[in-house]
Amino acid sequence: MTLITYREALRMGLYEALEKDERVFLMGEDVGKYGGTYAVSKGMLEKFGPQRVRDTPLSELAFVGAGIGAALGGMRPIVELMTVNFSLLALDQIVNTAAILRHMSGGQFSVPVVIRMSTGAGRQLAAQHSHSFEGWYAHIPGIRIATPATIDDAHGMLGAALADPDPVLVFEYPALFEAKGELSAENVDISSAKIRRAGSKVTLITYGACLPKTLQAAEEVDGEVIDLRVLRPLDMQTVLNSVRKTRRAVVIDEGWRSGSLAAEIMARIMEQAFYDLDAPLARVCREEVPIPYARHLEEAALPQPEKIVAAAKALFA
Amino acid sequence: MSALPRPPDKGGSELRERGVAPPPAGPVPYPAELSLRFLSDMLRIRRLEEKSAELYGAGKIRGFLHLYIGEEAVAAGAMRALAAEDNVVATYREHGHALLRGVPMGRIMAEMYGKREGCSRGRGGSMHLFDAAARFYGGNAIVGGGLPLAVGLALANSLRKSSSVTACFFGEGAVAEGAFHESMNLAQLWRLPVAFFCENNLYAMGTALERSESQTDLCVKAAAFGMATLKVDGMDVVETHEAAKRACAHVREGKGPIFVEFQTYRFRAHSMFDPDLYRDKAEIEQWKTRGPIHTFSARLKAQGDLTEAQFLELDRAVMREVEEAVAFAEAGTWEPVEDLARDVYTR
Repeated sequence: MTLITYREALRMGLYEALEKDERVFLMGEDVGKYGGTYAVSKGMLEKFGPQRVRDTPLSELAFVGAGIGAALGGMRPIVELMTVNFSLLALDQIVNTAAILRHMSGGQFSVPVVIRMSTGAGRQLAAQHSHSFEGWYAHIPGIRIATPATIDDAHGMLGAALADPDPVLVFEYPALFEAKGELSAENVDISSAKIRRAGSKVTLITYGACLPKTLQAAEEVDGEVIDLRVLRPLDMQTVLNSVRKTRRAVVIDEGWRSGSLAAEIMARIMEQAFYDLDAPLARVCREEVPIPYARHLEEAALPQPEKIVAAAKALFA
Repeated sequence: MSALPRPPDKGGSELRERGVAPPPAGPVPYPAELSLRFLSDMLRIRRLEEKSAELYGAGKIRGFLHLYIGEEAVAAGAMRALAAEDNVVATYREHGHALLRGVPMGRIMAEMYGKREGCSRGRGGSMHLFDAAARFYGGNAIVGGGLPLAVGLALANSLRKSSSVTACFFGEGAVAEGAFHESMNLAQLWRLPVAFFCENNLYAMGTALERSESQTDLCVKAAAFGMATLKVDGMDVVETHEAAKRACAHVREGKGPIFVEFQTYRFRAHSMFDPDLYRDKAEIEQWKTRGPIHTFSARLKAQGDLTEAQFLELDRAVMREVEEAVAFAEAGTWEPVEDLARDVYTR
């Protein structure tokens, strides 16, 4: 059995994408000569050349927009934003162009661009480098939101995103970069949620960097763990099937609580499975503070296994 | 610190301070047949928009409606410099660009009506005209939002070793946006085949150029990126066409991007909601003496390439096209509400 890291899985996925299709190219800050901020694109410049591995200036708005334009022009660009925090500088192009161009043009122009970015807290990078905006982006119709949390997804979601005719945002988790696992041959989609641990007492619904924490918590409460994998469109069927079985659910979301993706999941369960519940729904989210630098404060601000266990146990009180 | 001397500038704010330049004059260096096409192009935009304003008043067209009246020589001169395989990116003041790029007038009018037969299926309206067949990429209503898109279209052409030009139209208001500076840098850094066509009509909605920019010579801004520049009288279709031809040749020859400032003026308010209180009526009247249609007609008449009867005949033909476009829009159908959510995703 060969174990690889999440980072290596991302790199393999990227390498295969560039090798498979001439129209694919990678563009972003320090993706080439530097080798990628997280070393995901290390060696790619030497292998694929400067036309297909393009270092950009620090101009998020322009190079994300250029990725959209190149996609309209028949290419299959992979745009890398260094982190979700800097994606805010490109928000206009993502929301006002990529997401809505197809509808606004009466179906004439699809935008097959893939935008990758790292996201999340947990490494003492403080308030401007620790945002979790996946749920925020999931608010917007016209884009797909992929959140790989496993080795297979880190490897395969990029290819699935490139095969999609519409804009896909792929969120990568530095907190998981050193996680190891086996790469299977399974076909990776960007449409379904997956059960990562079967359980009978409570359904624990999560995505991204909270998956390992949730799996750890599940051991204590016999939880069934659902990895949403894709935040838009949501695969509610998998969630509802599990909730109808366990009759209890906790949503674990690294984003801030108010207006969160967790709130959306809970609302949908209430709409569709209210009478199947034996207890109120619960959630564990980021505390509503900017992420502080000090380690103990940062840890206190984020979902942790013990908080998840406590929230699950409270449903049986 | 003393102010830097301002470069001589026959347009922009100094033009306003000194009074406008004399109307375009002199011989038109084209065969009569081509000249009449330019005249027809400008008239088609003018009559389409006059009708649109009327229909707005009648409640047939709603939302925002930004008229291009006064600026027709820019689109007319530029579009005839482009080839079928070139790309066009435009703004929310784009009826004329769409029309001269080949989008049928009826489909433009139907779009403004919000009908299914419209060029964006009634999803876009006046500000979001699109046409894949014409390689017309909209219709962008975020000021400066089209520039990164044009850079990307040019990047795609560059990667495929195509010599096609991407023509990107935008107003002078866009130069205040970060998107302008980032896009200019990227285009020049990567020597991309894009022509930046800046339509400087002196006002960003109600804010005059010198009230928003420390440097009012827009070519100086473009030159700061190392980009080739041209500055032309945007009220003279001969000048706009010659400049656009030079610009496209520059791009096609692989010399990289180019920035062209067309100095122009809109005769109407910014939009139908604009009471136009920020500029003198006298200034508007002065600029109207430089109107691109009547000055061009006068020059053609002076050199015997156009008679009044010919002009009236041309105008009647255009008016017929406008009436047919209105009839097409009137006869159009409403998208069924059941189809509301179509085209959000491809599948």
